[in-house]
Amino acid sequence: MDHFPTNWGKPRDEAVDVYSTYPLHSRPRNQVDTFAEGVQHTQQPIVTGTSVLAIKYKDGVMMAADTLASYGSLARFKDISRLHPVGDYTVIGAGGDMSDFQHIQGILDDLIVEEFNEADGNALGPSEIFEVMSQVMYARRSKFNPLWNSLLIGGFKDGKSFLAYVDLLGTTYQSPSIATGYGAYIAIPLLRKVVDGREKDVTEEQARHILEECMKVLYYRDARSLNKYQIAKITKDGIEITDGLSSKTEWAFAESIRGYGAQNQ
Amino acid sequence: MNTVDMQQLKAGEVNLGTSIMAVQFDKGVVIGADSRTTTGSYIANRVTDKLTHVHDRVYCCRSGSAADTQAVADIVHYYLQMYSQQYGAPPSVHTAATLFEKLCYENKDQLLAGIIVAGWDREVGPSVYNIPVGGGLFRQPWAIGGSGSTYVYGYCDATYQEGWGKDETVNFVKNTLALAMSRDGSSGGVIRLAVITEDGVERLFIPGNELPRFWEGKEVLGQDMNKTFTHLAQMEIEA
Amino acid sequence: MTSIGTGYDLSASTYSPDGRIFQVEYAGKAVENSGTVIGLRVKDGIVLAVEKLVHSKLLVPEANKRIQSIDRHIGMATAGLLADGRHLASRARDEAQNLRDRFKEPPTLKAITDRLSLYVQAYTLYSSVRPFGISSILGTVDKTGPVLYVVEPSGIFYGYHGAAIGKGRQIAKTELEKLKLADLTTREAVIEAARMYGVRSHISRLKFLLLTRIYLVHEDVKDKEFELEMSWIGPETQGRHLSVPKELKDEAEKKARESVEQFDD
Repeated sequence: MDHFPTNWGKPRDEAVDVYSTYPLHSRPRNQVDTFAEGVQHTQQPIVTGTSVLAIKYKDGVMMAADTLASYGSLARFKDISRLHPVGDYTVIGAGGDMSDFQHIQGILDDLIVEEFNEADGNALGPSEIFEVMSQVMYARRSKFNPLWNSLLIGGFKDGKSFLAYVDLLGTTYQSPSIATGYGAYIAIPLLRKVVDGREKDVTEEQARHILEECMKVLYYRDARSLNKYQIAKITKDGIEITDGLSSKTEWAFAESIRGYGAQNQ
Repeated sequence: MNTVDMQQLKAGEVNLGTSIMAVQFDKGVVIGADSRTTTGSYIANRVTDKLTHVHDRVYCCRSGSAADTQAVADIVHYYLQMYSQQYGAPPSVHTAATLFEKLCYENKDQLLAGIIVAGWDREVGPSVYNIPVGGGLFRQPWAIGGSGSTYVYGYCDATYQEGWGKDETVNFVKNTLALAMSRDGSSGGVIRLAVITEDGVERLFIPGNELPRFWEGKEVLGQDMNKTFTHLAQMEIEA
Repeated sequence: MTSIGTGYDLSASTYSPDGRIFQVEYAGKAVENSGTVIGLRVKDGIVLAVEKLVHSKLLVPEANKRIQSIDRHIGMATAGLLADGRHLASRARDEAQNLRDRFKEPPTLKAITDRLSLYVQAYTLYSSVRPFGISSILGTVDKTGPVLYVVEPSGIFYGYHGAAIGKGRQIAKTELEKLKLADLTTREAVIEAARMYGVRSHISRLKFLLLTRIYLVHEDVKDKEFELEMSWIGPETQGRHLSVPKELKDEAEKKARESVEQFDD
């Protein structure tokens, strides 16, 4: 018999427990099935990064992402690197939740150290890193606890370029030009026009130029972007990631605009 | 049970974030706004003009739903034209602000509009009125509004002083908006300013690539999991 | 070893009447019989070197490594039972990874060795286990600078400027003491380490000892084959623990040989 009226499934009754003599903390809990409500996991990203762009070109792979980590619409951290080198041949670029991205960096760092410790002359290349990440992302979504990211994995090893996409659902694909987030809408048409079918001909200058152009348009049109971005280059000579770059933008034409209709002053 | 039925509440409207501001000084008012209009996180217009003429010496700064605030401003613009025809004199800023407030309050269930009304009139000289979402009329020496404003209340409180002239006031508005725009993803683009005095309305313009700049974070913060320590090695050991 | 045969040496969980644990001391014997291992802590790095006896000509050269990596910046060389060395290295890697994951920075060797020694010591407490038949030299350049430790079968560990374990440790220690370790660069230390081992295939032990005291040699007069295994951590490896590249190792062995021949004349 449960002697505590407050546990009988009714609101506290003034007639029975006038002075609330049964303090909340000492009340025995009714038997509740731990799993009755299921286990709740992350249902949304909190601190987020926006688009990542990447293309294959003559010498390897080039990737770009701005350095902003937003908190909702707040531009909270303006100097965060979203391009992360993994070993000597791979760069991983992330959009989506930045805490999950840091977790992924930890996983991959452990992986690289494990491989390093083998000291057997083998090293993990971009395709291996991609395979691991696709498995990790799919395993997490299968536990209804996804890592809330869109990832681009690019690299160059043994004379071959590699570029692939994997997201929070475990969806994967490969293409000579890939973009995540708003980049998928805004940058992809621009990138495909230059890159696809011409991967072996696009020079470093052309690759850099088209990425810079796309980052500029994204800065114009994406309200979660920043005019400070990095470009990563992965070639036979290894990985190079630039410091913060910014685009030259055009605003002068806006000076003469007045109102939203007939207004002219 | 007497729980609130969420279905009965007004569904959230598309929020068009903004940074707007108005400050009065001895001879007039300075009003300012960013130029970003968004739908979600897509920038639908990066060169919007949110400084809206409603009479010769009365302007409003619009924040909230673009459609709602344009409709309200159009109606007030119409009323003020009728007013000046009937009375044969320009309306006061207070008159304009009252009209805005009435529309915003009486239609609060239908509207998402946070409006700052500012201008100059013969009765009181320069004045600034703030009409937040839902209505209410508040005269202030300076007013900020829109989603970006939440990031700069502290800056304004710490910086504003009475007795400024035009140049100091313009600078204050410019800096405040630049700070708000740099932190608020829903604000950005260019800064549009207008100085309203007895003599007229002077428009100012700061392009997006010439905004005042403040602390912008470190160059780029990488992560340090890969780091090794050879740079420290030499100094640590002695025999 | 007067107490041998008295029954006090059958278990690590039994003391002898004079307070010794013979199983631990026997483990020390396993170390003493091993090929010599040395570690040098110099002004900007660490060098580890192992004299690996080749007991069969059928062995693949460079197989059965006795220097292992614990992390990017940590190396470990063992004298004694090779398999025990493998197991302890595996444990050390787990410790390193736990610390790295927890503190998001490369772990210090002190932190790892602290825990590793507790693990080794635990194997001196129970009758059901056998103490580790190895001593390990662990070296790193971490945030505290170059560090060198030796973990003994008892679980005790000491920090050193220069360390030597295994069969030829006494001579090696004598030679190490003659070096100005704090003034050497890591590259110079590689040469010195090779010199320690001399080139036994070119000169008999007797001659060796007579002509010079710089070379450490095997007690066994028979010219058994051996391999010199060397690794280093320093500015030239960007702080990573890597095996000494072939060119440098050849150069070191050549110099060792030359100095032997000088004394030969």
